[in-house]
Amino acid sequence: MSSPAKRALLEPIVDDNPVTLQVLGICSALAVTTSLLPSLYMCVALTAVAALSNAAVSAIRHILPSGIRIIVQMTIIASLVIVVDESLKAFAFETSRELSVFVGLIITNCIVLGRTESFASKNPVGLSFLDGIGNGLGYSTILILVATSRELLGAGTLLGYTIFPTAADGGWYKPNGMMLLPPSAFFVIGLIIWAARTWKPKQVEKPEFRIHEVHRTEVV
Amino acid sequence: MSDPSKDSGAKADTVARTLLVALFVSLVCSSLVASAAVLLKPQQVENAVVDMRRNILEVAGLWAPGADVDELFESIEVRVVDLETGAYAEDINPESYDPIEAAKDPAQSVKIPSEIDIAKVGRRAKHGLVYLVRRDDELSKIILPVSGYGLWSILHGFLALEADGNTVSDITFYAHGETPGLGDFIVKPAWRALWHGKRAFDDSGALELRVVKGRVSAEDPRADNHVDGVSGATLTGNGVSNLVQYWLGDDGYGPYLKNIQGGGS
Repeated sequence: MSSPAKRALLEPIVDDNPVTLQVLGICSALAVTTSLLPSLYMCVALTAVAALSNAAVSAIRHILPSGIRIIVQMTIIASLVIVVDESLKAFAFETSRELSVFVGLIITNCIVLGRTESFASKNPVGLSFLDGIGNGLGYSTILILVATSRELLGAGTLLGYTIFPTAADGGWYKPNGMMLLPPSAFFVIGLIIWAARTWKPKQVEKPEFRIHEVHRTEVV
Repeated sequence: MSDPSKDSGAKADTVARTLLVALFVSLVCSSLVASAAVLLKPQQVENAVVDMRRNILEVAGLWAPGADVDELFESIEVRVVDLETGAYAEDINPESYDPIEAAKDPAQSVKIPSEIDIAKVGRRAKHGLVYLVRRDDELSKIILPVSGYGLWSILHGFLALEADGNTVSDITFYAHGETPGLGDFIVKPAWRALWHGKRAFDDSGALELRVVKGRVSAEDPRADNHVDGVSGATLTGNGVSNLVQYWLGDDGYGPYLKNIQGGGS
């Protein structure tokens, strides 16, 4: 694999992760991560949409008038999301019900539009497709980490299988109900971002401003 | 990377070109969406039928996770009821009868007068389905399909009554579009459990089953007929009250239930 292709595919997983570095796509990361199975479907759905919309936008990038480029990109993304949503309803009925509106909300996921606008409209089709897969995988990594910790600590199960037998079923584990509530996803993502930036200090953002120290003599 | 998008961008910005590209993208996208919707429809319909049957089994208390839906469903007796008289209509095949489709057919349905159409159903079929669960040849549960408007959407569900045609056993909704995380309390097991043992009719035969605002207080003389609502989702709760009131009422399954209570069937 050539080096730009490898970069497009692998960089978004850790070094340029859309969730931890760019802090995009947080909304669905909070909403669908109470258990692992719907999160996995969400990951597949988002990766498919990101890759295909990137490829489609890239394919028409030379003929796309810049005046209507955002609305065209949205149209393509929305169409793909509907196709994915309909397929889930046909082939994964139970999970699609659990995901409810959040598959539809991929349309407004900033990762997808962000990639078509910033990458696919300037790069060839193959590379854009890989970039979409890469960003989907980056999002998936975080979603799976969050969902695993939430389902394990919140319910003592993974994919529905009991890992920690809970006290209610005669086991030893007392589930932490807070992990099943939306705020815990915030805490977990925060911890992941902290860990990622400790591991790769390059990701730490420069402060946007410094508080200016005012000296007595400067006071107007 | 070094692609001259600047130049082509400038050229691309004429009105004709903009319209052409917009038209092209719209055509491709709409045919994509349309073909997905049409091709996947049969599979989705089949899923919906299986899901509806699973809900009937669940509300009947017969469902075990992982069981075969169609096999379990064999044990449930489906009958067609003439809603006006409350008698079984023997001439209609319950296997092929679909009250939701029938409600759209003027010959098979009646328009509900708006003053009694509290569930905002519009039209209803003249005949309705009932699902009967028998245990050792004795009628043990009566399951009635119910539907009506909530806050955003039409709720479709089932209400299971004990053999007396009065005591509620369970309620379930298999299709709804209420607010996720708020109005969808209607499918939560904890709320459904509140219905267990409630009575639809009081001693004088008046239909009093409804969802109240907030909790049912201990002093409520109708605590037997009232179910807790959820604050912040009052309208969804009202929708459930209305559809229960309509479908168990005189225009719905009321006459049928009167027959059952009178010792029929």
